[in-house]
Amino acid sequence: MTEKKQGAKLQLHFLANPGRFVRFSKNLFPWLVLVALTFIISALVLGLGVVPEDYRQGDAYRIIFIHVPASWMGLMIYVIIALAAAAGFIWRHPLADLIAKSSAPIGASFTLISLVTGSFWGAPMWGTWWVWDARVTSMLILFFLYLGYIALSNAYDDPTKGARASGILALVGIVNIPIIKFSVDWWNTLHQPATISKFDRPSMDSSMIAPLLLMILGFVAYYLVVLIIRLRAEIADRRIRNLRMIQVDQHNMSA
Amino acid sequence: MAFLTLIKRDLRLAIRGGIGSLMAVVFFIVSATLFPLGVGPESALLERIAPGVLWVCALLASMLSLNHLFQDDYDDGSLEVIILGPLPLELVTIAKVLAHWISTSLPLIVITPVLAILLNLDMSGFPTLMYSLLLGTPILSLIGSIGASLTLGTRRGGILVSLLVLPIYVPVLIFATGAIEGAIFGFGESANLLILAAALVASLVLAPWASAAALRMAVE
Repeated sequence: MTEKKQGAKLQLHFLANPGRFVRFSKNLFPWLVLVALTFIISALVLGLGVVPEDYRQGDAYRIIFIHVPASWMGLMIYVIIALAAAAGFIWRHPLADLIAKSSAPIGASFTLISLVTGSFWGAPMWGTWWVWDARVTSMLILFFLYLGYIALSNAYDDPTKGARASGILALVGIVNIPIIKFSVDWWNTLHQPATISKFDRPSMDSSMIAPLLLMILGFVAYYLVVLIIRLRAEIADRRIRNLRMIQVDQHNMSA
Repeated sequence: MAFLTLIKRDLRLAIRGGIGSLMAVVFFIVSATLFPLGVGPESALLERIAPGVLWVCALLASMLSLNHLFQDDYDDGSLEVIILGPLPLELVTIAKVLAHWISTSLPLIVITPVLAILLNLDMSGFPTLMYSLLLGTPILSLIGSIGASLTLGTRRGGILVSLLVLPIYVPVLIFATGAIEGAIFGFGESANLLILAAALVASLVLAPWASAAALRMAVE
């Protein structure tokens, strides 16, 4: 019983040492890049070239193969940030804070891609560049949540304090996400436009699901690739800070 | 006892602050007056947008005044003394938010009838407007206290607070204006008002907890 517990503890703390994490990620990194490239390129080839065109929307629907995976990534990364923030508070795992801070710009970018590609899709399909649909509005508010999180984590001089503060914000936000979704749903049905709503998603033909899944997996691999790059940058940044502080200390002591 | 003392202290400070504490009310009046000047005086249009405009302006005015919640005490060191005092930090937060609400949002609510007339609000929505403000502005203050406490140790924290609390303000805004429009158009305001009340109770419990954690972090 104690051995099993020790084993789990060992695994959790295996990567806590930043130096060990950097060495561990060096082996993993090229494979992740390969996986990401393969999946994304094959998804693009399948989705843009091979899969037949939609009987209603023609070729314009193909942007769904970028739009839907990007939306899922935006939501998934926010959950990851909240979980990492919680792990940082509960276990004080040093990598958890770093993961939360590094993932935020990636999640914000995916959300922005989702909003922009959705806008491109909407222009020919629904005749408008923007619409205050419940889902679209919820994604916009998610984007603002990301921006607030990024702003707060960069606003502190002390990175640990920044991680703590933005961790609190991430957890408050995660409580709020279902509330946002729920309230915007109500708000949208309250102000139902006069025209028929064209926002229901048709059920997908099985041939179209493959590029979608491939793209999602490719995006996940891409997220991990960029996450590792950012984590290494954060770790290096902290090392530089520490070295500078030691330098100032020595200067002060010798002066 | 310490709870009441803290409230009285904050209220006294707000009163002695003079016209500064009424800046939120002034902003509310100015911004609500700018809307008819911007969209034109057509009364049907104003009637349509009145609930939303009133609530958005009240929300922005409330957001502007958040900086003074903790910053002044933090700057002169009295926040640390209060934290070391006998009152649990969560109750300290509630006391300060209550005093802030009395000094900032109550004058706002008092001036609202005048602005409702200016914006040609349909009078059947008027009681619901007042109820929604009475229920909603404490929520805004409580959630705002989380934002204010999170930005205590930062530079240029004032602008940042708005960005932080905006996504969490959105549901409050939606339910409040939904209630007013429900009263005006006849499909009932009680559902939205009850949800606002539930949100008030929930934020009364959860917001001080988050704020206290952020305050502890800011002064250590």
